[in-house]
Amino acid sequence: MRKQGLTAFWLLLPAVLIISIVAFFPLFKTFYDSFYSFSLRPGSIRQFVGFTNYERLSKDPRFIYALKNTVFFTVVSVSFETVLGTLMALVVHQEFALRGLVRAAMLIPWAIPTAISSQMWRWMFHDQFGIMTKICEVLEVIQPGTPILGRPGLAMWAIIFVDVWKTTPFMAILILAGLQVIPKELYEAARIDGANAFQRFLRVTLPLITPTIGVALIFRTLDALRVFDVVYVMTRGAVGTETLAVYNRHVLMDRAFTGNWFGYGSAISVAIFTLISIFAFMYIKSLKLKFD
Amino acid sequence: MQKKVVAKIILYVSVIVIFSWCVFPFYWAFTSSIKPDNELFKKNPTLIPKRVTFINYVKVFSDRPFHVNIMNSAIVALATTGFSLLIGVMAGYAIARLKFLMKALVMSLILAVSMFPQVSILGSFFLILRSLHLINTYPGLILPYITLNLPLAVWILQNFFRELPVEIEEASLIDGCSRFRLLWSIVVPISSPGIVATGLLIFINSWNEFLFALTFMQKPRMYTIPVAVALFRGASQYEIPWGQLMSAAVIVTLPLVILVFVFQNKIIEGLSAGAVKG
Repeated sequence: MRKQGLTAFWLLLPAVLIISIVAFFPLFKTFYDSFYSFSLRPGSIRQFVGFTNYERLSKDPRFIYALKNTVFFTVVSVSFETVLGTLMALVVHQEFALRGLVRAAMLIPWAIPTAISSQMWRWMFHDQFGIMTKICEVLEVIQPGTPILGRPGLAMWAIIFVDVWKTTPFMAILILAGLQVIPKELYEAARIDGANAFQRFLRVTLPLITPTIGVALIFRTLDALRVFDVVYVMTRGAVGTETLAVYNRHVLMDRAFTGNWFGYGSAISVAIFTLISIFAFMYIKSLKLKFD
Repeated sequence: MQKKVVAKIILYVSVIVIFSWCVFPFYWAFTSSIKPDNELFKKNPTLIPKRVTFINYVKVFSDRPFHVNIMNSAIVALATTGFSLLIGVMAGYAIARLKFLMKALVMSLILAVSMFPQVSILGSFFLILRSLHLINTYPGLILPYITLNLPLAVWILQNFFRELPVEIEEASLIDGCSRFRLLWSIVVPISSPGIVATGLLIFINSWNEFLFALTFMQKPRMYTIPVAVALFRGASQYEIPWGQLMSAAVIVTLPLVILVFVFQNKIIEGLSAGAVKG
């Protein structure tokens, strides 16, 4: 037992060390910096300001707007992704020709870097030559000549659309894993009892995949709350699409040398961290981790 | 009978919709990249290019240091994968097989990192890198990438190690083999399928990461691919060379598409182990 403990110590040391230095120490430092006012300009004086940054946070309209946007983005995109992802999983769970090919294709949106797929979509949403713009015009969703990515409201929906495109197949693959472990006998038993396809879905499939969907949903919520790439590439946070992470980076990096913003930026980071910790806590609980 | 036919038709129509949904943007990027400019910038885009040109594929390398960006990404992603696997195998094995104090605490700490919003350490990590003169260097990016990927690596690998038969390990321990030897010469070889699956996920994650790369690499010659593509500029600030941009996108996503088709089962296995298995 003692010897095992010693071996474990050496085996775990690199992991614990690097995580402490690169994750926990900076996190602690962010927290510490949020009580100061300073900039990265040479000669800038560091000043302790107590909770001033947090007071400012509660009155910053741009922060509150970004918070609302983030919540809106998260709720809408995760709802679409869950419903469409479940439907998609049910379809590819069936037997059909070239099933392997289709399943591989479902990994493509997830595997392409978001920054790059966002550029692909930005081209498709181009105000003059974009095919999505053309399709929206033909379907009369928009007036001809409307720049989708330049209109408040529309731009956010375009961003949500891109996120749904990327993540729905991913959700479907996670849910599919849950579908595949449902024993076939259950369906046969239900069929013998006279249940039709819809009843079988409602009474057998749905209850059995609900835990999988639940975990995937929280996992996705965590991801959506920290959304950065797609927003940054599509609009840079303009036309009312700014989310928390985009605003946070703007305050930290774009204003690093122009005023005493770094402490305030750290306070925003702490706020985002707190928000996500709540969901992370739920996620860990839902996994029902066991350590022996 | 007729009902069955209708069901089949609905199934295949849905499958076609799903397939097109997933690959259409990639297809569109490809056709856009081989259209000549006068066809690309036309009001009514065509699904199939009328004329084909590969000029954009030449220009993307001659107008900008795109090959350097590809190399940067390759170096960073490969180094990250190697180091994360090495550290992850060690930690994962300890958690799966050894008894030690505060195991739950250690595991929770490692897992907690995967929940961190990256942006919450962005500012202070930037300060740390700046004081160490590591901005615009490979280690400055590899280090945080290892940390981002370790939780996933440890989690999947420890799950995998747990499922290995204990008997082999017990036998070699009785034969006087040390734990470290046992790990490298027995456990690692027989777990290579799990290690490959984990490695693929880490590689894709680091190849795709954007926020840290955008912040810690500030010289165009040090940009990784996602940053280079996201900050793509033409001769003037307002003119984006879309044809070139799409060819860049195709060049760097093609390897990923191939990877996905070759290793789909491995990737799916890793994904579901990393996200859902409890």
